[in-house]
This record gives sequence, C-alpha cells and structure tokens, in this order.
Amino acid sequence: MSVSPSTAPAHAHHEPGFLGKYVFSQDHKIIGIQFLFTSLIFLGIGGILALLVRIKLAWPMAEIPILRDYFPDNAGVISDTAYNMFFTMHATIMIFFVIIPFLTGAFGNYCIPLMIGADDMAFPKLNMLSYWFMWPAIGFAVAGFFVPGGHAGAGWTSYPTLASGSLGVGQGIESPAFPGSGWGQFCWLMAALLVGVSSMMGSVNYITTIINMRAPGMTLFRMPMTIWAMFITAILQAFALPVLTVALVFQLMDKTMGSTFFLPPSGLDFGNYHSGPGGGQPLLWQHLFWFYSHPAVYIMILPAMGIVSDILSTFARRPLFGYRAMIYSIAGIAGLGFIVWGHHMFQSGMDPRLGTGFMVATIMIALPSAVKTFNWLGTLFRGNLQFTTPMLFSLGFVSLFIIGGLSGIFMAATPVDIKIHDTYFIVAHIHYVLFTSSLFGIFAGIYYWFPKMFGRFMSDKWGKVHFFLTFVLGNFTFFPMHILGVAEMRRRISTPQGTILEGGLQNLNIFVSISAIALGLVQIIFLINFLGSIFFGKRCTERNPWKSNTLEWSAPTPPGHGNFDIPPVVYHGPYEYGNFEGKADDNLMQTEKAVGVLPSQTH
Amino acid sequence: MSHATISSPLAHHFDDLEQQHGAANLGMWTFLVTEVMIFGGLFASYAVYRSLFPEAFEAASDKLLWWLATINTVVLLSSSFTMVLAVHGAQVGNRKFLVNGLLATIALGILFLGLKFYEYQVDYLEGLIPIPGWFSGEHFHVPPDDPLFLGHVRLFMVLYFVMTGLHAVHMIIGMGILGWLVFKARRGAYTPEHHPQVELVGLYWHFVDVVWIFLFPLLYLSGGGL
Repeated sequence: MSVSPSTAPAHAHHEPGFLGKYVFSQDHKIIGIQFLFTSLIFLGIGGILALLVRIKLAWPMAEIPILRDYFPDNAGVISDTAYNMFFTMHATIMIFFVIIPFLTGAFGNYCIPLMIGADDMAFPKLNMLSYWFMWPAIGFAVAGFFVPGGHAGAGWTSYPTLASGSLGVGQGIESPAFPGSGWGQFCWLMAALLVGVSSMMGSVNYITTIINMRAPGMTLFRMPMTIWAMFITAILQAFALPVLTVALVFQLMDKTMGSTFFLPPSGLDFGNYHSGPGGGQPLLWQHLFWFYSHPAVYIMILPAMGIVSDILSTFARRPLFGYRAMIYSIAGIAGLGFIVWGHHMFQSGMDPRLGTGFMVATIMIALPSAVKTFNWLGTLFRGNLQFTTPMLFSLGFVSLFIIGGLSGIFMAATPVDIKIHDTYFIVAHIHYVLFTSSLFGIFAGIYYWFPKMFGRFMSDKWGKVHFFLTFVLGNFTFFPMHILGVAEMRRRISTPQGTILEGGLQNLNIFVSISAIALGLVQIIFLINFLGSIFFGKRCTERNPWKSNTLEWSAPTPPGHGNFDIPPVVYHGPYEYGNFEGKADDNLMQTEKAVGVLPSQTH
Repeated sequence: MSHATISSPLAHHFDDLEQQHGAANLGMWTFLVTEVMIFGGLFASYAVYRSLFPEAFEAASDKLLWWLATINTVVLLSSSFTMVLAVHGAQVGNRKFLVNGLLATIALGILFLGLKFYEYQVDYLEGLIPIPGWFSGEHFHVPPDDPLFLGHVRLFMVLYFVMTGLHAVHMIIGMGILGWLVFKARRGAYTPEHHPQVELVGLYWHFVDVVWIFLFPLLYLSGGGL
C-alpha cells in the first residue's frame, strides 16, 4: 500500500485527540472495537432478558424481589405482558444488537482491511457514521422499556395482527389493544429502521473495500474465507435490508397516520376492542419481513462460518479442504437464501402449492451446508490439531451446527412443520444455530484476534474452562427444548400448558431454566477474562503468535494507524500449512514466496 | 483523514487516484442497489394491492393530475440533460459550463418540486390526503357491493404519497448536494482529471429520474378513465 516506511512521515497524520481517536474515530480498527464493546454490553442485556423468560417458564408464580419495583401490582411476579416484552426484546436485541453487530460490525470492520492488505476501509467517514447510527437505534430500543404500555410484545417478527393493534384511526399511537403495541412498538420500529440504515452503510463499505482495496497479488481466489463470507454477507444485506425498511415504514405509517397497509378488510378483534375495517393484507408484512429476515439468518451465520474455516485450518495445520467448494457453497447458501422466505409462512394461509416450492428450495440448502461440514471435517482429518481456545470453539461450532442444521430440515418439510410450528422445537433449532453456532464462532474469533487487537493474550486456561462449561450447559439448555417442542409446548406462551404439566415435563422445563441460569453465570468467566486480559493479559510481542498465514498477522501488534509498516504483496492463497524445505515453521504466510510445491496442491 | 492532504485530492488510504475513483464509483453503485431494493419493495407492495383491488386503484388514479405529472416528467428529463451537460463541462474543464449546468439542474429541480407541491395542495383540497380528518371520499362513486372501497382508495393514496414523497426527499437531498458542487466548482475544485463528485452526483440524479419514470405510469397512467 502507499504507506511504506520511507513515505509514512510525509503523510503526516496529525494525531487526533481523545474524542477523535476513540469516540469519533474513522479508523476501521477502532470502529470494529467500538462495535465489539457495544455488542458485548447488549449480549449481557439480552442474556438477562432470556433468563427472565426462563424464570417465568420454570416458576410461573415466583416472586422476584428485584422486580418488585418494576411490577408493583403483582409483587414481583412476572406478568404475562412483561413476559411478552421480555422474549420480544430478547430476540430483537440478540439479533439486531448482538449477533449482527458482532459479526459484520466488529469482525467485518476489524478484519476486512487487515486481511486484504488495505490501509483502511474505502469510506472511513461512512464507516464512522454506520457506528454512530447504532446509538439512536439503541436509544429507541432502550427507551421502549420506559414508555407507557411497556416495550413491544408482539415477538421479534412484529406480525401486524399483534403489533398494529393501535389502529384506531385518529386515536393516536397509544394502543387500546395490546400493551406494548403502542409506543413500545413505535420504539421497536424506529430501532429496527436505524439499525438497518447502519447495516446498509456498512455493507456498501464492505463490498467496495473488498472489490477495490486489495493488496497487490490478492486475487479474489486468494482471499481468506472470512473475507469471502463477509463479502457475500454484505451483498445479502445490501439487497435484502431495504425491503425490510419499506415494511417498517409501512407499519410506522399504519401506526401513526392511520393508513391500513396491514389491516385486513374485516379489521382486527382485540378482546373488547375492534380496530374497524381496513383495506390491506397482514400477509404482505410477512412477505416483506421474511424477504429480509430469512437472508438475515444467513447474515448471522455466514461470517461465523468464514471465521471458523480460517481458525480450523490454522490450528489443524493443514490447508483448508476444498477452498473453492467452500466459496461456492457460501454463495449457494446466500443465493438460495433469497428464495426460501416462504418457509416461515407455511401456517399463514399461504397457497399450499407455493409452500411446496418453498419447501423444496429450503431443503436444497442442506446441500451446500453439508459441503461445508464435510470440508471442515476433511480439513481436520489427519491434521496436527492444536487445542487452543479458538480451536475448541470452532470444533464446538462444527459439531453443534450439525444438530442445528439437521433440526432445520425437520421444519423445512411442510407436513412436519404443521406439528412443530410455533413450538419449542423451533426455539431449540434457532438457538443451536445462533447460540451454539454463531456465538461460538464469535467467541472463537474474539479469542483468536484478541492478541492482534489489544497486544495481549486472553487466558487460555480460563478460555478452556469457559468453553467446556458453555458447551455442556449450552446443550443442557437447548437440547431438552426439542423434547418440549415435540410435546407441543408452545413458544411465546408464558405459562406451561396442558400436555407439559400432565406429562410431567415441567421438570424438564425447570432443568432447562437452571441450566440457562448457569450458562449465563459462566459467561462472567469470559467477561472477566476479556476485560482483565486487556490490561493484565500475557503480552503478545510477536506479529504472528498463532503461526497463521493471513495478512493481518504480518502487521505490527497491535496495528498502528494505516495498518501495515511493510506494504504486503501476496503470492499465494491463505491456507499453506505443511512442511517446507529449509523452513522450520510449518506455515507459509501469504507474503512469503513459495519454494517448491505448495501444500494445497499436493493433497 | 481526507483533510490530511488538502493540496492533493488523494485520501491517505488509497494507492492512487484511479483506485480512489474506482472505489467511489463502486460505492455509489452499491448504494444505488440498496435504493433500487427500497423502491422495489414499494413497487412490489403496489403490485400486490393493485392486483387485489383494481377498481379502487383505477378510480383513485383518475383523481390525480396526470397532465401536471406529464409536465413534471418533461421537466425532470430536461434536468437530467442539463446534468449531463454539467458532467461534460467538468470533463472538458469548462468551469462556466459546469456551473451553469449544475445551476440549471437545480432550477429544474425546484420547478419540479414546485409543481409537485401545487399538486399536493390540490390533493389536499380534494380531500385525497389519507390522514384522519383530511381524507374525504365524497368525490368517489362507491360501489354498493364493496363497503371497503374507500379503504382501498386510501391505500392507493398512501402508496402514492409514500412513493412520490420518498422521491421528493431524494430530489431535495440531490439539490442540496448539487448546491455544494456549485460552491466547490466555483472555487475550481474540479479538473478534467479529477471530478468524481460531479460524476457520482450525476449518477444519483439520473437514478432519481429513472425512479420517476417508473412512478409516473404506475401512479398516474394506470387509471381507467385515461
């Protein structure tokens, strides 16, 4: 890149002050770390909401002392309304403020320029803006808890039959129907809208940077899988998010201006209140919403897949098996991801013939997913495995993603879906994919890049404790949900129902809740390890502590402004691990010229 | 960052101007993709409701001032032409040509918005604005077998205001940026080799025009009485 040691002073970056350096920073690394901390805070908030949901399900009448101020009417017992609010905001926060900002915001920002050998993102100001658009969104998301009626309670999908209850024309936003469908829902809509704008800005930046800013020699098919995954994720975001924006604006207008986009002709009945006739179609919301939110499911998993691919290859000391197949399968998942949104609507009164098409397309996604899984296993096969913490989380990702992927096939089949739709089976599925897969990928990434970000290592011993407890308790928490789901425990209902109580399955519910609370407490180990290591961790003075191959490890630790002191030139792909003649190490960095045959060409 | 080198247009994190222009171009096109998808979502919703309620949509469309929209189409297409002239001026290094082209584009944009707001005013007087208290269906012949007819008319009007409103917002933003370009062009910021902002704003302006080319027939010419 342009900043070589001799010309760097000529550029004379004047050192920005504290605000310019850490708050209104345009440096992609700082912005990435800002996203990282923001997401971590919200991981805590979302986790507490999840535990409140679990407490209500296990002990419906328990009086919780610390909630007595919040629910004075019922002495700290979580009311049904509050329960609705908790699970709605748990999902909303985990999706929009944790997983997506972690993967695309934190890792996308931090890794993309470093891994392709660029000095910064293509549009640093836009990058800063994309972070700062998160804050008004956070403001709305938090403010919703304190507005009259409480926060949104219609589920993170905000189906208008529940969410648009305030539709009395000219009666204002305050809802006569459900609590939370008034101002709370308004806050929810604004938060989602602003998060979307932030993500769109990010995706424009990522696409442009990856296409335009690569170091000399970094051809598309020499890019690490993390970058490929981020690239395809950014395309998904750029194409799908605007449609959600439109839907959100429609629902906002229904709420504030008395339009009737999603109010059916007959109107809606909310107990003692009838909305009056409308003229629209609630089903249109579902189509527009899932046109984004199904690709969003892949936005939440593809970057983790990329990160895990890189980490597995690094710590198996073997070339990634089937590099091109991995890229094509990510592209295949993303492409198919656009035409399967209808599988969320099998029970919504959609034409069954259309459902069949969506079913076939959905089941086809199993093919590229299986390609990826087998390639990960192929990478590990006969590898010289190093069980570091990032490696353990990556192995956990692969094993538990298989469970989550397989339960997904159940739901894809319409006949099965009719039974398990809206039960705890789907809750188990989404948590196997989002918690034990995406979040495991995030943990792996944090442990892996932490030395580069902060110049210190996280404790490997406590990292392993964190992994084993999270792995075991994660399974304890989420696996029984499959059984509860098949026993027809409905999701989103605050009290355990007939078959659960009669069949003695309530004990299983209590087991899940205890495991969930323990799982939550275990994350404190991670938090202490993370924060403590920033200040007191073992120093990392090397550039390349993991003996990895990608470009970020050729930059100083931690990288300064402008990233590279030696402009990187790339000679080969990122996965050359093996034995090299006349070389003690078993890795060959992308910036090192190869002597003889590359390992990736021999097997 | 970009202030670091005021004398040179090259930002520090690019290798050369060619790369910087390429990035700016690609960024703008990617942004336009997201814009296409936003309007695509609107058009899809329009298509759904129009196919469900064709009579109400035709009746509502007939109430719009199609002749005014036709004039506006001509105005907007002319502004695209003046924008092309401005870009040409930048390419050949003729500053007067560039500035006048930009000013003409802004003037035509103002004319478009003026006519548009006159039209909104007529809609208000006719009781077409779908806000509680402002909307009246007295000008519509409601079929006796369709009690929800006026609800569907309102739906069309909401779509009409969302689509044309969003388009107008895009024009206002575009005119603001054009004004900033005039300011910079007067100071001689653009050379024949380096005028990416002029070209990118040109792209944006043409995109806004193209959106109107779709809005015009969908909203104004799809009535039954034309």
